[in-house]
Amino acid sequence: MLTAPKLDYSLLAPILIILGAAILGVLVEAFIKQAWRARIQLVIALGGIVIAFEQLYRVRDKGSSIAAVTSVSIDGAGIFMQGAILIFAFLGILIIADQDNFVAQASALPGSTEEAVALQTGKQQTEVFPLTLFAVSGMMLFPIATDFITLFVALEVLSLPLYLMAGLSRRRRLLSQEAALKYFLLGAYSSAFFLFGAALLYGYSGSLSLNGLTDAIHGAGGNDVFLLLGIVFLSVGLLFKVGAVPFHSWTPDVYQGAPTPITGFMAAATKAAAFGATIRIFYIGLDAAQLSWKPIISTIAVVTMIFGAIVAISQRDMKRILAFSSIAHAGFILTAVVSLNKNALSASLFYLLAYGVATIGAFGIVTLVRDSAGEVSDVNRWVGLGKKSPLVATVFSLFLLSFAGIPLTSGFVGKFAIFSAAYESGNIYLVVAGVLSSAVAVFFYLRIILMLFFADATNDSVSVVIPSILTRVSISISAVITILLGVAPSLLLNIAQNYSYFLR
Amino acid sequence: MSILTTLQLLPLLGAIVIASMPAGNAKQIKQTALGFSLIVTAISLFMAVNFDTSDSALQFTEVRSWISAFNINYAVGIDGMALALILMTTILVPIVFLAGWNESESGRWSVKVFYILLLILETMMIGVFAATDVFLFYVIFEAMLLPVYFLIGGYGVGDRAAAAMKFLLYSLFGGLLMLAAVIGIYIISTNQGGGTFDIAKLSELTIDTDTQNWLFLGFFIAFAIKAPLWPFHTWLPTAAKSATAGTSTLLLGVLDKVGTYGMIRFCMSFFPDATKTFTPAIITLAVISILYGAFLAIGQKDINSLIAFTSISHFGFITLGIFALTSQGLTGAIFYMVNHGFSTAALFLTAGWMIKRRGSSQIADFGGLQRVTPILAWSFFLAGMSALALPGLSSFVSEFLVLLGSFGKYPAAAILGTTGIILAALYVLIAVQKSLHGETPATSAGITDLSLREKLAIAPVIAVLVVLGFYPKPVLNVINPTTQTVMTHAGVTDPVAKVAK
Repeated sequence: MLTAPKLDYSLLAPILIILGAAILGVLVEAFIKQAWRARIQLVIALGGIVIAFEQLYRVRDKGSSIAAVTSVSIDGAGIFMQGAILIFAFLGILIIADQDNFVAQASALPGSTEEAVALQTGKQQTEVFPLTLFAVSGMMLFPIATDFITLFVALEVLSLPLYLMAGLSRRRRLLSQEAALKYFLLGAYSSAFFLFGAALLYGYSGSLSLNGLTDAIHGAGGNDVFLLLGIVFLSVGLLFKVGAVPFHSWTPDVYQGAPTPITGFMAAATKAAAFGATIRIFYIGLDAAQLSWKPIISTIAVVTMIFGAIVAISQRDMKRILAFSSIAHAGFILTAVVSLNKNALSASLFYLLAYGVATIGAFGIVTLVRDSAGEVSDVNRWVGLGKKSPLVATVFSLFLLSFAGIPLTSGFVGKFAIFSAAYESGNIYLVVAGVLSSAVAVFFYLRIILMLFFADATNDSVSVVIPSILTRVSISISAVITILLGVAPSLLLNIAQNYSYFLR
Repeated sequence: MSILTTLQLLPLLGAIVIASMPAGNAKQIKQTALGFSLIVTAISLFMAVNFDTSDSALQFTEVRSWISAFNINYAVGIDGMALALILMTTILVPIVFLAGWNESESGRWSVKVFYILLLILETMMIGVFAATDVFLFYVIFEAMLLPVYFLIGGYGVGDRAAAAMKFLLYSLFGGLLMLAAVIGIYIISTNQGGGTFDIAKLSELTIDTDTQNWLFLGFFIAFAIKAPLWPFHTWLPTAAKSATAGTSTLLLGVLDKVGTYGMIRFCMSFFPDATKTFTPAIITLAVISILYGAFLAIGQKDINSLIAFTSISHFGFITLGIFALTSQGLTGAIFYMVNHGFSTAALFLTAGWMIKRRGSSQIADFGGLQRVTPILAWSFFLAGMSALALPGLSSFVSEFLVLLGSFGKYPAAAILGTTGIILAALYVLIAVQKSLHGETPATSAGITDLSLREKLAIAPVIAVLVVLGFYPKPVLNVINPTTQTVMTHAGVTDPVAKVAK
């Protein structure tokens, strides 16, 4: 007889609430009058996130509990990652709520009369809210899943909505749809790799759970070829999601093509979720086999850091620059993955939150810089923005300084924490590579600041639209967090340290 | 709360007050900034009076936990060297305000932003010398680049944006190398029982030779870029050429001292063995700097670049004094840091006035200023004499000590360094002759002499140069305990002259 598995609903509540809100959103889209939809969707989305966060806060001390047999366990790092993703979702939704960035009717062909009519008659669809929530639920599950099936399901749940969302841009729709298709195809490949790797590891260990894998490695009974191949395939799937070289090529295109609010949300939250899972898999499942994967991942970390920083220099599009910057940051976090110690874990938790918040803020500002035809992401047309809108330029510079890791911003503390953990684990060459690539990266961040402030505005340059209240709130929160975590990082570092443990 | 914290907070408070004032009232903003900086000067003088020169330990200390996860503290405290440099800073800032009363008005941004940036910079300049926690030092070391970046890029002349960028990139590159070294020494302290950033505790670590060498280089290159030492100097002339006189004064007079200060405070006390290993190489670089700076100074046509190259030469002297590893050399080097601050201030400020009046910074465009503007001309002359270390002016004392201190161990370096003095006479006298003497061109005929405000600004600088030239004892008394502590810690002693039997 098949007995129903025991589920601890109170621990799963945050995810279930987000899923519930998403389904509610679908119903709203179907049954509520057009005029009210946007507002109701926003309330449901934000409300769902807040309640989920409250539920998460309630279980904050119940780390080290198994939520669903061998499939989901709630532990410190998992709770922290879920909290971070909810924060990103909150900040992201506030910017997404500015409907001006999204196509009125996604199913209409680009350039068709149908599309124009939908826009003119104000038939703005709001499916982006439930899609975001579905993605968030997957993202929350990904870092706490402890068996390969659940990991795969979470990966798909978080990815599929994102593929759609990438194609929703109102302007430059062809570029947006190209990005969506590219993201989907490459994403599908990477999922296949992940699944293939999981199958090989199952063949090796006879178990789907991460703990079972560790036991099998300790027991050294299986066929090592399966183990090695499994690790390689699994890593390809994960490294694709985090955007590490050589699996990064989708990042700049998708970041550029997707609607900017989505890009910001995706850059922050996907990265957090994917790294959450990556760190768990490598720390729990593959820790025992570290000799076989550490050299590869270390090399990838070094290449990713340096490649991201160098290629960013030649970019002329703000969104692509931020994309390559995110690749470089993925390299930094990968150094924490190979460091395999508690300090590295807490450092990456801190880093992911700090980086994600600054990323959402930075993309939020990109949505504001426009000309008559819409958003302008060509860097050369940002010149002299500091003269026209000193505040916006200053806040944007703050985010860039944080990415560059200048002291008194959150990025510096994160970088310091990660590098010191890497040094502690003996990977001094990673520290040196990180420092050198930071030096390169500083160049292109500073060049943007130079353009904003020290160059005279040309006729061709752009203006800043007055942001909606919600966008303003989101960017302000991001800016405050970025400074606060730079000046008083203990606020978050201590939390990150308390939560930096895994349940084995 | 330590008086040092008060000193740091006051300029910041001033910046906040100014930020809340209406931007239109430029005069009021300037007066407020000057007022705050004068209060800071008064408090720092009060602190100096209460400083106990017989005590070689850190004084006015304060420790508060800042980032507990890494045992990082807000820790401040000063010894003689830090006191001398802080005093130099707090005296120079109001002088810069007074001297450059109008230089903020031709900038890209408002007068208000200029003074906010300068006051924030003052907070950081005091903090960087007061910090006794390496992490705190590093944070200020890096963060203080940003106000300077915006001061050069926003208020400078010529190709200011490029100059600002070059300055920042060089400094950040050095800073990042230092970050790796800071992390390294922190991890070493963690492995030896309890991670710490406390300078005193870090000096007690035992570090193996290889690691010492690498970490030493991490710190040293950052400081050599800052100081700047040949071949890391190329950012300095462009920055000095583009920055306003006041910014240049603070950049070369105070900020660059962080480099030489760091060599003593960090390189020598953390890595005594590596210091000895690298000494010959560094002495060589120092001598090259002395000669290279001097030769290039002779060839400069622009007054500000000339001053920049003289500074490269002088930083060579300071580095030579530090790494001679003798008490005279070290005392001389520290004293040189103070003197160079005032001497450079005198040069940049008087040159700035000349440039403003004439509308050109080319030496060839001047001439015969002696007749038209005697007071300005005499001030520039005295500043020049202090740059060539004329006996009777304070820089002579320090230069003499440095050469004396290095001769015992490195006679060749000292002799080559001495030729730097002759070259100094050449570059100063040529500039003085071309600008002050000879025919007065028609274009210079109508220019006015120093106003009361400008006289008030230059008078204290010249007074310091002259008084310390005749009576350097008070400053040397303050510096000596630091010298002794550093020498003892580094495990070096003065060479004893061989006596013929």
